Amino acid sequence: MSGMFIEVTVDAKIADDRELAKKLEEVCPVAIFDSSGETLRIAEENLDECVLCDLCLEIGPKGAVQVHKLYE
Amino acid sequence: MRFYEHESKTLFAKHGMPLGKSGLARSTEEAHGIAAEIGQPVVLKSQVLSGGRMKAGAVKFADTPDEAAALFDEILPIVVNGQHAESVLVEEKSPIAQEYYVGVTWDGRRKLPVVIFSDMGGIDIEEVAETHPDHVSKTHFSTLFPVTPRVAKEAIGATGVSGSDLNRLTPIVHELIQVFLKYDLTLAEINPLVRLEDGRFVVLDGHVDMEAEARGSHEALLEELGIQPEETRQARPPTDFEIAGAKVDASDHRGVAGNVVGFDGDLGLVIGAGGGSLTLFDAVRKHGGKPANYCEIGGNPSVKKTCELTKLVLGKPGVEKIAVMMNVVSNTRVDIVARGVIKGCVESGRDPADTIAIFRIPGAWEDEGFKILKKYGVEFCDRSVSMYQAAGRAVAKMQAS
Repeated sequence: MSGMFIEVTVDAKIADDRELAKKLEEVCPVAIFDSSGETLRIAEENLDECVLCDLCLEIGPKGAVQVHKLYE
Repeated sequence: MRFYEHESKTLFAKHGMPLGKSGLARSTEEAHGIAAEIGQPVVLKSQVLSGGRMKAGAVKFADTPDEAAALFDEILPIVVNGQHAESVLVEEKSPIAQEYYVGVTWDGRRKLPVVIFSDMGGIDIEEVAETHPDHVSKTHFSTLFPVTPRVAKEAIGATGVSGSDLNRLTPIVHELIQVFLKYDLTLAEINPLVRLEDGRFVVLDGHVDMEAEARGSHEALLEELGIQPEETRQARPPTDFEIAGAKVDASDHRGVAGNVVGFDGDLGLVIGAGGGSLTLFDAVRKHGGKPANYCEIGGNPSVKKTCELTKLVLGKPGVEKIAVMMNVVSNTRVDIVARGVIKGCVESGRDPADTIAIFRIPGAWEDEGFKILKKYGVEFCDRSVSMYQAAGRAVAKMQAS
């Protein structure tokens, strides 16, 4: 899923893991992750608010969550 | 935020300042009743948040209650500098022997509060200062120590007032200073403060401005005066542009973006940073530029908020380009603002490279911000270019286009 400046991808295994999905929602300061549904939703409208804190990258196995800067 | 005259007087009365008999009329019947109760000639004054009432014919004198009622109907519809009145102050007419002016405000240059006093009240104090400078005194005082009546005495005495008048004016001026400090006012003014023919001193007209940011600290007073939280109390009603700006600012708790004031120019400004807005606005004008707006951004507003502010400014008729400028920022991220303004341009159907005349925000995350600006071809500069120089570049671009 991509915004104008930021793209976030989440491994399907993580998206379906409710516990990890909940953790992602908890750590993100700008509400990019929404775990309220059956599967993790990436809130497209908040993608460009990403502050590049990398907290989401520390959840789950390495590379499971990726944040790309579309301006690089 | 401004207080109406009657509210200023209520505040003054609360602090023991001498006032004439008066009442606030919202109807013809009330005007008649108040005048009858006062039982002597009265003056009727339209309650608007603006000067120039006398010139507009919104201040009139009545000898009888019937005349007061008739004048109420005449005065109420008068629009004074765009302000519509909802009430009229009916006050006893006082036979005046001498008029004085006293105001307490902040001196930005000295960074201190100052008492301004004149023994030529009743007229524009700026005019008196120009034509009769020896009749106007300016006395600064510190807020670090309790203010004693000596400050008031010095201010009054400096204009040559002495004897009984000096002694009787001192407590009034001293109390005005206390009111100014206690309620976080930016201006507390009495003009005129008069000595009546019978020797009494009376506050005839008053004007109070409270620092808008201090509203929260004085909720009890505002409630007592009947000032509702939604009343902005600016010198003029907000424009649609300004209302839209306030909505943008209120849309998200993060940072400030949306405190705008509309002007007639063609260069939109997205500016801020602890006094930076004023400096940059002045710099644009100094270079011959015509700002389309004043605004304040800071405290790391969200991308969406900055984007919406940018769209609002770009949507203002006649705006060709915007200048995005701040002082060196530490609590606002350069990359977040860069994203917001570029997104605002794109969502407005404009090319950021053509639309942003200059982006001059050095500070936190500037390298990341500069990458974004470079990608979209926006001209930017770092702190080696002063705010004044950046404003000059923006104006030069406007003049060349």
